[in-house]
Amino acid sequence: MSNKVIHVLYNDDDILMDAVKQTRAAHHHIEEIYTPFPVHGLDKAMGLAPTRIAICSFLYGLVGLSIATAMLRYIMIVDWPQDIGGKPSFSFIQNMPAFVPVMFEMTVFFAAHLMVITFYMRSKLWPFKEAENPDVRTTDDHFLMEVSVHGDVDQIVSFFENTGAVEVKVIEKH
Amino acid sequence: MYTFSSRLKTFSFILMIVGVLGIGYSFFTAPKDINDVEAILADQHGHHGDAHAEAADHHEAKDAHVQTADHSEAAHAEASHDAHGHAADAHAADAHNDEHHAHLEHVLHQLQNKPWAAVYVAALFFMLIALGALAFYAIQNAASAGWSPVVFRVMEGISAYLIPGAIIVFVLLVLGVMGTHHLFIWMDDEVVAHDHLIQGKSGYLNGTFFLIRAVIFMGGWILYRQYARKNSLAQDEANDNSYYKKNFKASAAFLVFFIVSESIMSWDWIMSVDPHWFSTLFGWYVFASFVVSAVTVIAMVTLYLKSRGYLEYVNTSHIHDLAKFMFGFSVFWTYLWFSQFMLIWYADIPEEITYFITRINDYNLPFFGMVVMNFVFPVLILINTDFKRLSWIVVMAGIIILCGHYIDFFNMIMPATVGDQWFIGAGEIGAILFFMGLFIFVVFSSIAKAPLLAKRNPLIEESKHFHY
Repeated sequence: MSNKVIHVLYNDDDILMDAVKQTRAAHHHIEEIYTPFPVHGLDKAMGLAPTRIAICSFLYGLVGLSIATAMLRYIMIVDWPQDIGGKPSFSFIQNMPAFVPVMFEMTVFFAAHLMVITFYMRSKLWPFKEAENPDVRTTDDHFLMEVSVHGDVDQIVSFFENTGAVEVKVIEKH
Repeated sequence: MYTFSSRLKTFSFILMIVGVLGIGYSFFTAPKDINDVEAILADQHGHHGDAHAEAADHHEAKDAHVQTADHSEAAHAEASHDAHGHAADAHAADAHNDEHHAHLEHVLHQLQNKPWAAVYVAALFFMLIALGALAFYAIQNAASAGWSPVVFRVMEGISAYLIPGAIIVFVLLVLGVMGTHHLFIWMDDEVVAHDHLIQGKSGYLNGTFFLIRAVIFMGGWILYRQYARKNSLAQDEANDNSYYKKNFKASAAFLVFFIVSESIMSWDWIMSVDPHWFSTLFGWYVFASFVVSAVTVIAMVTLYLKSRGYLEYVNTSHIHDLAKFMFGFSVFWTYLWFSQFMLIWYADIPEEITYFITRINDYNLPFFGMVVMNFVFPVLILINTDFKRLSWIVVMAGIIILCGHYIDFFNMIMPATVGDQWFIGAGEIGAILFFMGLFIFVVFSSIAKAPLLAKRNPLIEESKHFHY
């Protein structure tokens, strides 16, 4: 089992996109791509499954809405009803318009924060984590495609040199 | 080039004819005097069918009234002055008759307003759809949006309705100032003479200034529309981008003019039917309502043309973007609707809260029903990415959104003009059908006049290849 991978560097996102399409057409397996900024349409070109984070976000929003509703009902109606501007304080439904801003904010708060946390966990990111980035130039102006090697190395290297790469390296991965 | 199919043309004429019949019927059957009103009210209280029972009932009510009057007088009159008691009886009966008479007059005015209000709501609604499409088009131009040039000709076509639409609304406003109809009570000198609040506003709310404002606003919008359309067509044959640049500048200037004029327009033509009431975010609220309708109409016309084999460069990503705007503006509308409602509900100041009390008591179903149609439904159906790309879902959601926003305008105008005498009958439906027919006729005639692709627009390549 070979642990060899090829690092192919590009200096333009359009060239990268074309190279990704050629690579997939030639049935090479792209392990990962490192880019200095999000490249529009790259996930589709790589054939990645669509993200499910929107579904998570919707569910988290529902959690936030439920918690806000329960919290306001307990605080404002059950535990300590107060007369604020003569509004009916003994009925949740009649007092509900006053609670809508809080319910809305809590929905957004839960959806946003839990979605970010989910994203970090799925991407295996946490504080003080060592960077996985194989080449510092990808934080500046280069794009790096990591491709696993199966078969003739020289032939694969020459294939990538023809895709507009500025650099092709064979790396032994541990 | 699109050719206006004869089937659609016939359909639009049928709509107009049916609409005219409905409007005519509602004018014809509107009560002429208070005797008609009495009969209508008797009909509404279904359980006393014939006039005789009604009359008997009347006497009973009168008696009860006299008795209460008697009571209040009792301490003063006592048994010693029978004659005085009799006088009070007669007086009370008179007062009751006057009151009843005044009530009948009031209902008569409401019912006479009804056909006018129905025409006015529909005329305003379709005119504002054209205006919304024009504003959306100006935003695309001013933002140099790359995705939308393939649907520019659709937007231009829809904005063509602005000219006949604005003229019709203007005629209705002139008729109001002339006293032909009474949708705007502040135009009635008799009312103003007894109303201190309206007197204080009469420097702004007076017929002359009102019409001057209307001419300036409508003139400005139509001017931009004609200018932008002319440049857009000239750009097709041009060798450089000078017409595109002219449109860019004109659009930016128009948007500044638009947001001010739109706000004042909403106070003048909509909010002033309740001259005592005001809301500071009303302009935005009206804008949200008609711009979501306009984007919906753009999406539906685009899908119609696409289904007929035109607009070859429009792909699902363009539809997706339009559906995103439908979703986004629906939420924006809800935000403003709720902001307006909650502040007034919470503050509970008498002259403000009456606005919502009327709507909740007399218009409960349309008032809350439109929130379901304009918010709950679009949010649930259009939040899904895949659904926004399916034509039939966009059309279905669009129909609900358009009905919901018609009801929104209905709720803005009717409570002040028709009161609790509203119902959606021949006049309302006839007016909708008539203006829909006219709208379809004008819009598709205009679309048929120019190539469907703005081929020389500098962003057209980006728009053709737009994908999400």
